[in-house]
Amino acid sequence: MTTDTAVHPTMNQRTFAALLLLCVSLAGCADFQAPRPWEKGLLAKKEMSLGGDALEQRFDQHILNSKEAAAGGSGVGGGGCGCN
Amino acid sequence: MNRVAAITLALSAGLLAALPAAAVDAGAPAPEFNLPGSRGAVSLAALKGKLVYLDFWASWCGPCRQSFPWMNEMQAKYGPKGLQIVGVNLDAKRADADKFLAEVPASFVLAFDAQGDTPRRYAVKGMPTSMLIGPDGKVLLVHTGFREEERKQLEEAITAALK
Repeated sequence: MTTDTAVHPTMNQRTFAALLLLCVSLAGCADFQAPRPWEKGLLAKKEMSLGGDALEQRFDQHILNSKEAAAGGSGVGGGGCGCN
Repeated sequence: MNRVAAITLALSAGLLAALPAAAVDAGAPAPEFNLPGSRGAVSLAALKGKLVYLDFWASWCGPCRQSFPWMNEMQAKYGPKGLQIVGVNLDAKRADADKFLAEVPASFVLAFDAQGDTPRRYAVKGMPTSMLIGPDGKVLLVHTGFREEERKQLEEAITAALK
């Protein structure tokens, strides 16, 4: 019984310390935020878009546009304003 | 209970640190800035008394390219009546901006903020973002994006503010 009470608190403290470390490091992940609208210069480059062929991409966009009545979202042009 | 509280506190402190700056809306005082420009330093304080059309742009932004001829036109038309258009370039590399300006000339005041400090304080949400700032330094209008069909509406906002 005496060993039990002697061991238990230290175990709890370790678990607590590990949990706290986990939480603090997880909270740190919140700092990794998406690039701001004005930081998308590199993302706006042609070679950063999904798919390689420009014509094929236009074709895909055309299909998306007609079937889903939606456009955009395939790259960065205007930075979220919906234009271009 | 104390442990739970400590964990919650640590988590919320981390999350709070990641919160973006508060938005600058119409009616709010426009944050001051002092930036290097094409014709010397550009600061908002020096433009007090003028109607300022502040435009945040970058060379890679398509609608920005479309907005330049319109801004040139507005500067020529309403400049004598007290309008000053200020284009704040947000390119990380100045060379990109210079290349853009060689293709699309600007006849208004240009400022350069490669660090992105000004758009952070103005809480810019899209590119381009333009703000109409009254002679008293208060924001009159916040506009994101630029479409050809918005030319008239934006011009009306300028003429209404010049009255």
